[in-house]
Amino acid sequence: MSEFILLLLSTALVNNVVLIKFLGLCPVMGVSKSVDSAFGMGLATTFVITLAAGASWMLDNWLLAPFGLGYLRILTFILVIAAVVQFTEMFIRKTSPGLYQSLGIYLPLITTNCAVLGVALLNVEQKFSLFKSLLYGFGSALGFTLVLLIFAGLRERVALARVPDAFAGAPISFITISLLALAFMGFSGLNI
Amino acid sequence: MIAAILSLTFLGAALGIILGVANRFLQVEGNPLVDELASAMPGSNCGQCGFAGCAAAAAAIAEGTASPACCPPGGKALAIVIGLKLGITVDLSALSDDGPKIATVAEELCIGCCRCSKVCPTDAILGAARQIHNVLREACTGCRNCIDSCPTEALLMQPVPVTLQHWIMPKPLAA
Repeated sequence: MSEFILLLLSTALVNNVVLIKFLGLCPVMGVSKSVDSAFGMGLATTFVITLAAGASWMLDNWLLAPFGLGYLRILTFILVIAAVVQFTEMFIRKTSPGLYQSLGIYLPLITTNCAVLGVALLNVEQKFSLFKSLLYGFGSALGFTLVLLIFAGLRERVALARVPDAFAGAPISFITISLLALAFMGFSGLNI
Repeated sequence: MIAAILSLTFLGAALGIILGVANRFLQVEGNPLVDELASAMPGSNCGQCGFAGCAAAAAAIAEGTASPACCPPGGKALAIVIGLKLGITVDLSALSDDGPKIATVAEELCIGCCRCSKVCPTDAILGAARQIHNVLREACTGCRNCIDSCPTEALLMQPVPVTLQHWIMPKPLAA
């Protein structure tokens, strides 16, 4: 049991997918203007990453490995991710039109979020079991959502602060997220 | 080779069927009237009506909160079409419309500052820095965004010139 908790903690905090591995930076910069849409994006990406991690594990172990089709791995994973994102988009459009409006173009862009493909490929590399790879995906997505939420909160405050003209807009956001990344580096001292 | 083709075909077919079924169950009923109105509009999302793009304006017109005559690039022709679709009479007196107009560049005034090409929603203005700009007639929707951006007032709205390619025989008058 403690093994699973440690895996969750280490993927969410110590090996954070955004701030340590630098995957999925586009939605972090794009959808972090308000906490509400950041939370929605985090939930949608969590759903997609977890599902894609599970589905890609099954495909890799039950379809690609037995037939020796390892060279089709990236192609297959992209296909599965695109389908999962399409499904998520339909689901959100049905259940929450407001969230669908506020996420806008970033929702279909989860397809090209490199964190999703990155987590699926890293899963294969580390030869996890199905449950562990699901947990790995969920932990990474949790870390992604956490960073997105923290960063959106920071940006909401920075928007009210007086920023020198040269730094206004994107530059101050990049400086903020680099400081956040420095803070997350502190977790690498955790002995787990 | 065969295994690769078969597995990808199978995968694509399975995912396609799943998505097709999901689409059936998660179908969202859009307002067909709004879609119809939006397709009649210029579609360049120039924002002169005060709404966020043509789709938002179409939704407001369908709800009745905006006037069918609120679209300046569409002008009188669009207002009449919308009035026919909604079955209402439109007050056309506010529209002093004497035919469609598109932007043109007065070559002797243009200084090549590129400000107009940046605000054009359809990329209809050609030109590089310190080169005289030109407007592509086929792409210009007459939204007037560029008129205010010109520092030398070189951009003018002119009636669409009749050329051999554009001339259409006028319809006979109803007896």
